[in-house]
Amino acid sequence: MSLLAIEDLEVGFATRSGRVAALKGVSLAVEAGETLGLVGESGSGKSVTAFSVMRLLDRSATISGGRIVYAGQDITRLGRADLRALRGAAMTMVFQNPRAALNPIRTVGLQIADALRAHIDMSAAQARAEALGLLAAVQIRDPEARLDAYPHELSGGMCQRVMIAMAMSCAPKLLIADEPTTGLDVTTQKTVMDLLAGLTRSRGMAMMLITHDLGLAAEYCDRVAVMEQGRIVETASPATLFSDPRHAYTRRLVAASPTRTSTVASLTADPALPAGVVAFPQVRRESAQAALLTVEGLVKRFGSGEPAVKGVSFNIRAGESLGLVGESGSGKSTISRMVCRLLDQSEGSILFDGEDIGAIPTGKFHQSPLRKAIQIVFQDPGDSLNPRFSAFDSIADPLRKLLGLGKGRELKDRVAATADQVGLPLDLLDRFPHQLSGGQKARVGIARAISVAPRLLVLDEPTAALDVSVQAVVLQLLDRLRREQGMAYLFVSHDLNVIRMMCDETIVMQNGSIVERGPSQRIFDAPAEAYTRQLVAAIPHFDPHRARQPADMPASRSQPL
Amino acid sequence: MKPRALGLIARRTGRRFLSSVPALVGVVVFTFILMRVLPGDPAVFFASGPNAGKAEIEAIRSQMGLDKPMAEQLFYYVRDIGTGNLGRSLTTGQTVSKDLASRLPASLELTFVALALALTLAIPLGVLAALRPGSLVDHGVRLLCTLGVCVPTFVSGLLLIYCFYYWLGIAPDPTGRLDVFTTEPPRITGFLLIDALAAGDWEAWSAAARQLVLPAATMALFVLAPLARITRASMLAVLGSDYIRTAEGLGLSRPRIIIGYALRNGLLPVLTIAGIVFSTMLGANVLVEKVFSWPGVAAYALDALLSSDYAPVQGFVLLMATIFVIVNLTIDVLYGIADPRIGME
Repeated sequence: MSLLAIEDLEVGFATRSGRVAALKGVSLAVEAGETLGLVGESGSGKSVTAFSVMRLLDRSATISGGRIVYAGQDITRLGRADLRALRGAAMTMVFQNPRAALNPIRTVGLQIADALRAHIDMSAAQARAEALGLLAAVQIRDPEARLDAYPHELSGGMCQRVMIAMAMSCAPKLLIADEPTTGLDVTTQKTVMDLLAGLTRSRGMAMMLITHDLGLAAEYCDRVAVMEQGRIVETASPATLFSDPRHAYTRRLVAASPTRTSTVASLTADPALPAGVVAFPQVRRESAQAALLTVEGLVKRFGSGEPAVKGVSFNIRAGESLGLVGESGSGKSTISRMVCRLLDQSEGSILFDGEDIGAIPTGKFHQSPLRKAIQIVFQDPGDSLNPRFSAFDSIADPLRKLLGLGKGRELKDRVAATADQVGLPLDLLDRFPHQLSGGQKARVGIARAISVAPRLLVLDEPTAALDVSVQAVVLQLLDRLRREQGMAYLFVSHDLNVIRMMCDETIVMQNGSIVERGPSQRIFDAPAEAYTRQLVAAIPHFDPHRARQPADMPASRSQPL
Repeated sequence: MKPRALGLIARRTGRRFLSSVPALVGVVVFTFILMRVLPGDPAVFFASGPNAGKAEIEAIRSQMGLDKPMAEQLFYYVRDIGTGNLGRSLTTGQTVSKDLASRLPASLELTFVALALALTLAIPLGVLAALRPGSLVDHGVRLLCTLGVCVPTFVSGLLLIYCFYYWLGIAPDPTGRLDVFTTEPPRITGFLLIDALAAGDWEAWSAAARQLVLPAATMALFVLAPLARITRASMLAVLGSDYIRTAEGLGLSRPRIIIGYALRNGLLPVLTIAGIVFSTMLGANVLVEKVFSWPGVAAYALDALLSSDYAPVQGFVLLMATIFVIVNLTIDVLYGIADPRIGME
């Protein structure tokens, strides 16, 4: 018998426009000691499935059919007291956004003690000693001092370790991890995931890992279930799933996930085609061309502490694409903002086409004729659009302000032409941001930036908020635009795979300084610096030939019955 | 609480206090000018009678210094405040500082008791409403709050008197802080409840408490709405937050989640509002003081204003401004202790 068996689960949400089905008959089983991956894009129902098992669903959600059987009991029929006895003691959950998941005004030591004392009868002193042991088990440095720390005094990765310590405290049999590393840096992601995998293995716990990242699922799971629109479309071992996906949706998802070898073109191509058939035409640029953007000794200080950017120099030639990668706090976004003249630098010069734009204060730059030559695409396509502007207004805004186009025919034609370039259907132009999908909003953001035909486009994590299939399309669009318009790109991202596909040259940043720079492919294949090697090694990937074979699994792990 | 955090709070408090000094100076100047601009001539008012001659009025005016230019009057006023002299009330004949000192405890005691009463009612009501939004309890609380804020205090005060004094006969005479048969305990703080306790005089304590109930209830009813509503809103937000879900996911008991996790976080905004409510009550309880013949500062200031008696009004406004600053500082310090994130700024 499985540890957890979900049978034909149906869950619906009551909304203003009636009932919406989130899960339409989900069935899956988790065996004792097994790690099951649940992958899918946003809205596919993976989190709803997890919250149903914990019975932590939102007030507006109801389980309308099916059963969830845990160790012989149907969870959907349990009362509050029985549920409380189960939660934390038998099954537990690790959440996304670890900092928000911890009580902000209670020390982490007390919170772990609360979790312990909810199920085990012990004194406060005993609980504190036990909490210390748990913090040591999740490998927090200096656990004694961390006991009395508040969540805001810890990094995101440390908060997630605390969360894991709480989840482990009463030795449950099932751990549900809901996107446990989303929002964490790639190296932190690796340590947190290794920790989770190690702890569940050594304690014989089963884990249900929910993630949108196929690479992560492939690396850490024994079996992977793929969800689409409230249904499970395919379940298989990672090796089979990624080398031989059966369902059309799985095929699309596998293709869209950037890997070590994928190219922009292969992201939506049929994976059945042998690689190389869709060979990607490389951009040819005249090497003798003078630099379009030259940044010299750029420094940015916020307050009195260490500078956020410490003397960075680089240049970009016309039509070239330069990638800027690094973890949070490395200074990559700060650089992009200074180059766009949204932020004044503390020291250093920024030359654009021979003109010293660094000397123009950011407050005055909008009057400069060069404003339209440098444009930016922001990270969150939803938040960076004015909610009261229709798509048309958003795209027309820079045309009105920078080119002085009035209400006439010319403006309409120009907006329509730009929308056409980014593949935005013209009938969507009247819509407001909340009426557009994530991918459509991303297109509006890109259209707004390119409507004035800039020569340099700064892209600040343009696809970080998008699902992989949407990301694939947006990346292809950006790549095509660059070749058609001859724009230069400064592409900021934390995703090394995306940078490798999109950029000729890459700069690796750490703590405000450049660690390494060079041709993107070389940085990936043969990183020269230790930090770059660490970054590259931390990317989870699912090379079908390198995927974990059953023989690699530790012997202590119980096999599915 | 770590000593480092306490030091941070102390430094922040000092900074906040210094930054409120200009506001206090502004209040002094503004009230001074306002009093001069308002119609009414104190010299005429304090002359012997309606038939007083021009010469007599002029003499009083020059004796009061009202014939001097306004800038000079302001200079003398500010210099006197600096030396702790708030002037003399022409109606009572006492110095303003003495009048205020003797009357302030009455107002403070009433306000504290009313606020405590309001909080003990509003917080559970707000929590109950937040636990079951849209339920009968929620609507009941909303109705009570709306009534409380709609009915003016002089109406609700009179209603309470009618009910409990005239009709049921269980409340004492609604006049003053003690009934005529009780001797006042020796004055230490001016707060009757505390002084009676210090003297071990239980009879005086219960008499003073009985006098307090109706006016305090009247005021509490009026401020119930903002307190209960903010409790409800902030509890709703907290109950929907990630860390409450975490606590539920770990199987913590229901009381522990609601009181230990949700309420402690949910009370933070209530603390801020309570500070504002306290200051408002202290300044605005003049109607209650009038209805219940309460010898407080607000009633004193109103009487002075009606008789064009400048000094008490100016003293009262300055006192209120100072109390406002002190209350806000206290709230700041409490907030710093209750929320460890504040010390980081």
